[in-house]
Amino acid sequence: MEMCKSVYEKIIEHSRREMPLEACGYLGGKGRTVVEAYSLTNIDQSGEHFSFDPKEQFDAVLTMRKKKQRAVAVYHSHPETPARPSQEDIRLAIDPEIIYVIVSLAAAEPEVKAFRIVKQEVTEEPVVVIDGLSTEEPENWEKQWNVKNSR
Amino acid sequence: MRLTINGEKKEIAPESMTVTELLIHQGVEMPDMVSVQVNGDFIERDAFDSKVVKEGDEVDFLYFMGGGHR
Repeated sequence: MEMCKSVYEKIIEHSRREMPLEACGYLGGKGRTVVEAYSLTNIDQSGEHFSFDPKEQFDAVLTMRKKKQRAVAVYHSHPETPARPSQEDIRLAIDPEIIYVIVSLAAAEPEVKAFRIVKQEVTEEPVVVIDGLSTEEPENWEKQWNVKNSR
Repeated sequence: MRLTINGEKKEIAPESMTVTELLIHQGVEMPDMVSVQVNGDFIERDAFDSKVVKEGDEVDFLYFMGGGHR
């Protein structure tokens, strides 16, 4: 999976900002390249679990559709544990089409890894961080969403 | 009937079906683990068996996304 550097940096920054809670969101892509991160609210508000807010989830997917992107991956953070799927991650990974990205902040340097999880079988997917190709300003979606939801 | 499912126009053989029937038709193995909107309105899970979709409806469904680090 290719990921624009701006997206890579954004999901790490989001994960740090949410500490000690788990951060989560979608990664929108064009082809095989992730070009935009969509930060979502972890409605569990927990450092051990995450769940997407269903309304935000629909809003993000509809926004991606308008931008001719597709939901390539979901990401979440592990504030204190390594970047590998937990038993709970595997049990709840029910969308076979999507890639699961985990950002670990357990060590001094953040670690980002990606996995396919199909019928509870886990396969690591290499993450290639690339410069450029970010077709959208990553903050735009968040700003639009915040405005809409503050009404 | 013609439906728009997750943004794609599709022709579905029955003229009407419930949300649960549609999800199964679309290969969703665990209908209890998806959120559904019909024409932009959220459908509660306990209404999946009674809500009928019809010609021209726009149906979106998304898998529950969650996990944890244990």
